[in-house]
Amino acid sequence: MRLHWLTSAVALGALAFLYLPMLAVALFSFNRTRHGLGWGGFTWDWYVRLSQNPALLEAAQNTLVLALLSTLVATVLGTLLALGLERHPFGPRGRALLETTLYLPVVTPDLILAAALMVAFGFLRQAFSLFEPGLPAMVVGHATFQVGFVALVVMSRLKSLPRELDEAARDLYATYSLYLRRVLLPLLAPGIVAGAMLAFTLSLDDFVISFFTAGPTSQTLPLVIYASARRGITPEIHAVSTLLFLFTVVLVLSAERFTRRSA
Amino acid sequence: MARVLVWYGELATARSLVWRGVLLVLPGLLWLMAFLVLPGLVLIPLSFAERGPYGEVIWTFTWENYRRLLGFGVLGFSLDNLLALVRTVWVALVTTLLAAVLAYPIAFFIRAQHPRRRYLVLSLVLIPFWTNIVIRTYAWQLLLAPEMPFARILAALGLVEPGMALFPSSLAVYLGMLSAFLPFMVLPLYSSVERMDESLLEAVRDLYGGPVRVFLHGILPQTLPGLTVGVILTFIPAMGMFVVPDLLGGAKHLLVGNLIQQTFYTMRDWPYGAALSLVLILLTLVALRLYRRYGKEVELA
Repeated sequence: MRLHWLTSAVALGALAFLYLPMLAVALFSFNRTRHGLGWGGFTWDWYVRLSQNPALLEAAQNTLVLALLSTLVATVLGTLLALGLERHPFGPRGRALLETTLYLPVVTPDLILAAALMVAFGFLRQAFSLFEPGLPAMVVGHATFQVGFVALVVMSRLKSLPRELDEAARDLYATYSLYLRRVLLPLLAPGIVAGAMLAFTLSLDDFVISFFTAGPTSQTLPLVIYASARRGITPEIHAVSTLLFLFTVVLVLSAERFTRRSA
Repeated sequence: MARVLVWYGELATARSLVWRGVLLVLPGLLWLMAFLVLPGLVLIPLSFAERGPYGEVIWTFTWENYRRLLGFGVLGFSLDNLLALVRTVWVALVTTLLAAVLAYPIAFFIRAQHPRRRYLVLSLVLIPFWTNIVIRTYAWQLLLAPEMPFARILAALGLVEPGMALFPSSLAVYLGMLSAFLPFMVLPLYSSVERMDESLLEAVRDLYGGPVRVFLHGILPQTLPGLTVGVILTFIPAMGMFVVPDLLGGAKHLLVGNLIQQTFYTMRDWPYGAALSLVLILLTLVALRLYRRYGKEVELA
């Protein structure tokens, strides 16, 4: 199909519009000038200084630990949900109820989820100190919005698996646990990994849930960047944002490759 | 007598199978109940409660939060809240419309690529989609700073004062919102555009249809499913957005999202925050309902 030149021009312009802000950040992460936006020449200094900035290093570590732990929780819960829902004869009503519950975290605006979590943690805090603002509470919050996505991805993989494999395993007298371990889970692995990758990226992408559940010692990179955007940006923030952006690029491209290969 | 059935090659009673299913879904279900469904429901009675002097909740029944929401505050009547509501819907609508206008050319551009390059160009849309919203938003602060070309050009044209940043402003909010949500529109739209039958466009052209007719009678009906998903994915989160208006809009451009954030986070006034959240949920449900009704019409057509 041939495109009108105007269509191509608008498309390229729109893509440029999407990338222009990030390019500016990347450019200024190499600017020697500390204050203001005058160009003072090229430097790697800000990247070097990152490695000596304990606050930013801690935030980077928190971001990763949060993403890993919440992904772990959400992947286990989501896979169990998918297995239970997709491979058991719930009546139409039970099924509808379960599916609605799964879709809820997917369609709820993050601000509403954050408000709900704040209320939940406020009440739970009176009994369990775990729900004080901080990393454990953040893990719970992130896992809550990740779980639905993981379950939906794993369910779509389950739907695509041929029934004959299950039947063959059972005809050969596999017990349920043997069948799970040797047949279903290996077949399901690509779906589980894809769901986990999605959950991990969602966690890195989040700001709102972290903002409402974080404590003073559990700052993540997006929170630190937000705080300095309100106070005044330093070139170090440009550098750390550029690195986070590059990490996202790698993650997106490898996830794409992975889903292409296992599809 | 128990009903026995063969289920995926397994001979078992229906009851025992359902029990195993319940055991499997139970942890996740309880999790979602405890952290999403129940606290979401608690927002309803909470919105009729009162804030105590230390930010604690006093369980009474009062319409005060809703009166305040409509503008009858301690300092007398003010239109600020209602304006914020109207502004929220308006900003979300404009963002959605602009995103749709830009998403069509991008989707067609991707479709026109050689199949091997398509995935690469599609990734160009996926990457901003997955980049953290805070980074993408503060990056606009950088672009709109007084030393940068945009502000200089506008100053040279006499449209703004020299040395002024272009934010906070409503222009900055729209730019930030558009760049935040454009990928949400492109991705579902592209999935429709990819499957489009081009011969129908030819048919419209053969009947001497101009570009407008080609779009209305050839492209739009075929891409409506993708477009509606895109509209939902843009409009609903746009109404709940607070990062963009917060960093690029300033106090004059508050949206409902900012009000919710301030009441919950800064003022620690949960009952009032709950009332505001319920309004946002209501707006979301109205949007979804309109979409459903519209979606049904599409199926009939």
